[in-house]
Order: sequence, then structure tokens, then C-alpha cells
Amino acid sequence: MAEGTFRVKAGLAEMLKGGVIMDVTTPEQAVIAERAGAVSVMALERVPADIRAAGGVARMADPAIIKEIMAAVTIPVMAKARIGHFVEAQILEALGVDYIDESEVLTPADELYHIDKHQFKVPFVCGARNLGEALRRIAEGAAMIRTKGEPGTGNIVEAVRHIRVVHAEIRRVVSAPEEELPSLAKELGAPLELVRQVKTMGRLPVVNFSAGGVATPADAALMMQLGCDGIFVGSGVFKSKDPEARARAIVRATTHFRDPEVLAEVSGSLGEAMAGIEISRLGPGDRMQERGW
Amino acid sequence: MRIGVLDLQGAVREHMHALEEAGAEPRSVKRPADLAGLDGIVIPGGESTTIGMLLDEYGLRAPLSDGIPVMGTCAGMILMANRLAEGEQPLLGLMDMEVARNAFGRQRESFETDVAVRGLGGEPVPAVFIRAPYATRLGAGVELLAELDGRIVAARQGPYLALAFHPELTADRRLHRYFIEEVARSG
Repeated sequence: MAEGTFRVKAGLAEMLKGGVIMDVTTPEQAVIAERAGAVSVMALERVPADIRAAGGVARMADPAIIKEIMAAVTIPVMAKARIGHFVEAQILEALGVDYIDESEVLTPADELYHIDKHQFKVPFVCGARNLGEALRRIAEGAAMIRTKGEPGTGNIVEAVRHIRVVHAEIRRVVSAPEEELPSLAKELGAPLELVRQVKTMGRLPVVNFSAGGVATPADAALMMQLGCDGIFVGSGVFKSKDPEARARAIVRATTHFRDPEVLAEVSGSLGEAMAGIEISRLGPGDRMQERGW
Repeated sequence: MRIGVLDLQGAVREHMHALEEAGAEPRSVKRPADLAGLDGIVIPGGESTTIGMLLDEYGLRAPLSDGIPVMGTCAGMILMANRLAEGEQPLLGLMDMEVARNAFGRQRESFETDVAVRGLGGEPVPAVFIRAPYATRLGAGVELLAELDGRIVAARQGPYLALAFHPELTADRRLHRYFIEEVARSG
């Protein structure tokens, strides 16, 4: 019997596909998310929009809150650790969370190195803006990827940009002849072995969700039609007027992402979406996507 | 044989691939109309609370309960049961079986191992258990197919095959073939 194998770690991400993972800050929100059909919740102290507003250093959530959220729902519970903060990750593993998000939404703890994720039995999800970044995270042991987008903005444009870049680079790898792969791997900054695997599979070797900007059911369906395996919603649900209705609608839009009639039906009467931010208004230091490398 | 995979959420792609390798024509099933002409259906792993809610909302409960052969893995096994050891959620109740959710523990306790399945012949099958359930009680008409440390991880009742683990995450196609050739053909 083998625990914590890569197949077991990546396998949970496979089971989450076609689903919506929602940021929650209280057990009550976690229950609302579960009842709306979320496949998992991300336990954190503040949603990205509030982290943005508060400024300062954003850290792992209080273990007491994480435990309360784990006790409140039966679906898997994820939690965030700072980039490179392997002790926060050790604490999250000890708590028994089901997935650790080494996340750019929190303030990075290490400017050079990410966590060595092979050392953990609990799987990790990491953000990426391009294929090289995704493969570097997988080389470090990530069992799931999410395109970063720009968290806490309610603006889908960066999420779209990142998935288009990842897919364009995958197409390039797939069409490259074998003898060009070593220099392509060098250019991408990714291990050759993983580049070969991308060429064989025609996709990332692990599940890839979309994150950072989903605010409406249409945003979720857009990311699904662009080829994401599922959706993270950060501030989009609980910073909106009617979180329960919006959460339900985003779940249904993610399942029936190719069915415009369902999308039209679920998109109505949801109340106001979260307030959005135009990306060009963010200063260079405010772009969370640029944390990590 | 045309076998559908319930495509509301979960490991759909892996089951489609496994069914194809096992010699069936796989079909995605999102709406009741997609069930026309199918010889059986797979309910994949995923979140049973999510899948159970969506299959009710999109009118799939009745057509899935009219005798079409079903193979359920993990979340699928939970949905096929007629009662839960703990908690409440929508179930299809296809089999006379009580199931405990997340019964082996959380993700940290998830594992892979080999499981001997009765009637399959040959070596034990490689089995991946992810926040897996097991059956805590089987009715008189339900056949026990596999146990792991005394916990029931595979069972069959007529056209229904329930597995606590994920054969679709391995390269061994015997269980998919068994469903296509033995279970669905008899249904």
C-alpha cells in the first residue's frame, strides 16, 4: 500500500475536473459553497480583493479557521501557503488539508525558490502564466496547475491571456521535431523530460484549472471553452451581491459550458457582480501574477 | 457496445479513454437525450454531492434508474447506494447497499494498492483510492466482489457494478472489459 504517490496526488485533481473551487473565509461560507455544488473550497483569511485592499503581508490562514472549515463540509478543503514557505506547507499538511496552493495571492516568502513539493504527501497546486512556468512547478512536484490570471480584480482578461499563451506554447511543442526539443526546453526554462511528455500527450501532464478573474457564469464558461479543466473562483462569489445564487450559477455554467441556453438561463437575476478593476490601473507592484517565476 | 460516461463533473476523460481501449464506443452524457441508444453508463469519480445535485436538476435521475447497466467508481459507487452510513445527500439508490463516504480518510491517507476482484481471474487489479468510500452493508441480492482489510470495495447487483477505487487511473482495462462484456451485456 503506497500513500502520497504522484498518481494519488494528481488523481484528486482529476476528480475535481469540470468543477468549481471557491474561496471561503468562514465555515458558513463553506457550507453555502458546498450546497451550491462546489467540488472543493479554498480556506483563507481574506479573499484576494480584500488582500489587495488591505495591503501589508498576506500569510497562511489561521489554522483554527481552516479546521473549522474542514469540519463544516464533506468536500475537499484546500489552503494557501506563501511561495517558498515550506513550513506553512508543513503546518497545512499536519492539519490534513486535501490540497495546498502555493499561491502568489499571498506575499512570497522566498524570492529564489519555490517549495520542494516532492517532500509532501499532500498534493500541491501552483499558478502559471506560461508553459515553462507550469512545467517548472510540475518538476518541483506540483500535481495540479492553475493559470494565474490577476486575482481579486474580477477581470477575466489576464486569465484569458495566460491560457492562450499556455496552449500556443503546447502547440509549438507538439509540432516541433524531436531534435528541436532540447533547445525549446532551454527556451521555455523547463525540464526536457516534461517537454517530451507534453509533446506525447498534447497537453499539460496534470490537470489545469483557471484562476484569477472569474466573476460571472459567462466568465467560467469562457475559460472552459478555452480548454481549462475547471474553475477557481476567488473573490467572484463572496464579493458579489448574492453569493448563493452566483455560486450556483457558476457551477451550472461550468458543467454546461457549451450550452448557450443553459448559460442564458443561469446568468439572469444574479444581482450585482463584484466590482472589477481595469488591469492598466494596477501599479507594477500590485500585479500578483508577477510573483513566482 | 455504446457506453456513456456521465459528464457532469469528474474523471470523465479517463473513463472515455479506458472504455475505448476496452473495446467500447464511449459517449459523453450531459442531458437525458444523450442516453438514447446506449448499452450502459459509467458514473465517474468526482464529488458525489455536486454530481448528485446536477443529475437531479437536469432530469437524469429517472432515465438512470430505469434499468440501464451502470458502473460507478468512487463518487459513482456512493450515488448507486440506497443509503449512507452518515449524512444526507441525493442518491440514485440503484443497489441495496450502505456506503460510508471518505471512509479511508482525507487526501493525506489516500493510497494505491492491488485488489483481488472475484470473477475477474488472473492477478489482482491495481487500484487507486482517493478519499475513497467503502460499503458498510450489502443487501441479500448484492454480490461481494472485493474486500480490502475486511472493507467492501467492489460489489455487483445484476446490471450494477460499484467500485470504491479508480480503475480508470491505471492502465489495467480488465474491470472496464468486465463491465462491457459481462455486466452490460446481461442488462
